[in-house]
Amino acid sequence: MRYLSEYRNATAVQQLARAIEQLVTRPWVLMEVCGGQTHAIVKYGLDTLLPNTVELIHGPGCPVCVTPVEIIDKAIAIAKTPATILCTFGDMLRVPGSFGSLMQARSEGGNVHIVYSPLDALEVALKHPEQEVVSLAVGFETTAPAHAMLVYQARQQEIENFSILLSHFLVPPAMQAILRDSDNRVQGFLAAGHVCTVMGYEQYLPIAEEFHVPIVVTGFEPVDILQGVYMCLLQLEQGRSEVENQYLRVVKKVGNSTARDLIAQVFAPTDSAWRGVGEIAASGLMLRPAYQRYAAQQRFGEVEKTSEKKGECIDGDILRGLKKPAECANFGTACTPDHPLGAPMVSSEGACAAYYRYRQ
Amino acid sequence: MVEPKENLSISCPLPQAGNAAASQRVQMTHGAGGSATQKLLDDIIRPAFDNAYLAQQQDGAILEPSAQRLALTTDSFVVQPLFFPGGDIGKLAVIGTVNDLAMCAATPWVLTCALIIEEGFSMAMLQDIVHSMAQTAKECGVVIASGDIKVVEKGKGDGVFINTSGVGRIAEGVSSVPGNICPGASILINGDVGRHGMAILSQREGLQFANPIISDCQNLAGLVASLIAEDIQLQCLRDITRGGLATNLHELCTAAQVSMHIAEEAIPVNDDVNGACEIFGIDPLYVACEGRLVVIVPPHEETRALQIMQAHAAGPAPVCIGHVVPAQPGPQLILRSRIGTERLLEPVSGEPLPRIC
Repeated sequence: MRYLSEYRNATAVQQLARAIEQLVTRPWVLMEVCGGQTHAIVKYGLDTLLPNTVELIHGPGCPVCVTPVEIIDKAIAIAKTPATILCTFGDMLRVPGSFGSLMQARSEGGNVHIVYSPLDALEVALKHPEQEVVSLAVGFETTAPAHAMLVYQARQQEIENFSILLSHFLVPPAMQAILRDSDNRVQGFLAAGHVCTVMGYEQYLPIAEEFHVPIVVTGFEPVDILQGVYMCLLQLEQGRSEVENQYLRVVKKVGNSTARDLIAQVFAPTDSAWRGVGEIAASGLMLRPAYQRYAAQQRFGEVEKTSEKKGECIDGDILRGLKKPAECANFGTACTPDHPLGAPMVSSEGACAAYYRYRQ
Repeated sequence: MVEPKENLSISCPLPQAGNAAASQRVQMTHGAGGSATQKLLDDIIRPAFDNAYLAQQQDGAILEPSAQRLALTTDSFVVQPLFFPGGDIGKLAVIGTVNDLAMCAATPWVLTCALIIEEGFSMAMLQDIVHSMAQTAKECGVVIASGDIKVVEKGKGDGVFINTSGVGRIAEGVSSVPGNICPGASILINGDVGRHGMAILSQREGLQFANPIISDCQNLAGLVASLIAEDIQLQCLRDITRGGLATNLHELCTAAQVSMHIAEEAIPVNDDVNGACEIFGIDPLYVACEGRLVVIVPPHEETRALQIMQAHAAGPAPVCIGHVVPAQPGPQLILRSRIGTERLLEPVSGEPLPRIC
């Protein structure tokens, strides 16, 4: 398969692993931001191909993991409301809220409809005019254009039995928060290729400059990731801190301007609380006034702040890269994908799920 | 809920021209056991399944005694959509149970069939499904000897659900249970994996490919019979259904308390299936098949078993994908990736592909 098999080529992978070994003269700590990259690293065992002196720590880029517990609670309440259909991606089903998950809500009679594309929610709304249809819209810049299109289309088509429960996050403010943290160990970033496909990478230039960290926009296949690691380490060894693009075949400096314009038209930045991490300024998205009437909060009441119980999940440490999944006492014992104590064990992009699935 | 699709084109024998069934729908009375049920049986079921057991019009089939050991299995089918590229729920309901019998190293003998139909279901579609079952049973050399029909209110079902149970006869001295699996054995499969699950999902999600993905749904009993006829020393047989290759091999590891080493490079996956899996973010090793099986044989039987499989229509591209090793410390399924690293394959978790069979 073109653009895929060549990026999983064993010879290229081995050559890059050798080049990295020859390059490194001292220990370095890199963070891959995106959960998709974490899964590829663990799935292909890419970390085992690196010298012991190079540590990859896993970042917060798992949308399911950072969705606040109160959003899950609200989604469950909406799903249990009569004459209402809640549309969601499948991996939100098992994420634990304060009292159970959407999967439990569904078994108790809640109306939860799995969608593979956000726009499917509009079809559901058109098909069921007698029902209120709510789209649980979680994600980062990657899914923001599709959710923006969903709200935009609802307005264009005057679909009034539709609303959106929005929980969207922005990556650059989270990277800044990690770098400002007194516990920070990250010396270089592999930036999330798909986020940059939409947004470009101009936003990273001031971060690299302010914090003196190299940032390499990186793809998701084994060759991509090892090349991203090599480029990042080369900068560190040479004392540079620039923004570079490994994912050239997909990412342009300005990103996808159509998608960016749509996001800007429908959404505005807002301060946002990341599950396990806390509030980060201007790190989330909200609906602009022209689209406010599509906010689920307008129809189902505000999302009430849940005082997040300090449970048994160490998601904050996992999401900030302070701990690896195996360092959690519950990993693989009390906490498994079938009985998750926290979101990182649920999501297809969660670090704990990756370690459990491929390494346990 | 199933939308009526009277214009659907399928490969099974179609109802005769001018049949009144075309415009009719199943009603609650068809499941009440009275004259409407009899009419449904007389019009659609008995002509299609036509055999001596049904002709007796008894409540059950009376089987002659068998000198051989018997295998008994049951399976329910809730696939959605009911018609998919490469098959339909009727074909699947026969193949699924026939293959389960074959995995017991049994020659399938008789099947039962229970239909649970939603009120309002198209009679023409029901007829298509029943004809497909009859045709498939004939191809598999089994008879549908007994059955049942129930009708549930509109909105309380999803078109039609089917349960089939089956009995098969096992030849003397043959055994295929996981307990036979020994370290050193070769793990063979009869072709590429993941077709059935991706055929269903692509159809459900409206994904169009230049060449549509066709389900691999096929009878495996003949292939198994060939291996037995050639005196291959079988250790274990397992059809690769829900959970895909990885989940099924993991189950065998746990049941036999062994580990298995398999090589990613050796496992065939069709390009279109691979592409669809990339789009949906699903690992093809976890996608169901309906016409693939794992054959575990001692290493000295590997070459001969592969030759026999290759000569059979149901096993045209057999390969050895790895070997059984002692469980150390516990039973594990270990995949050697194309880039030379190793990882564990765990059983499937959650419900990534609901209602595929």
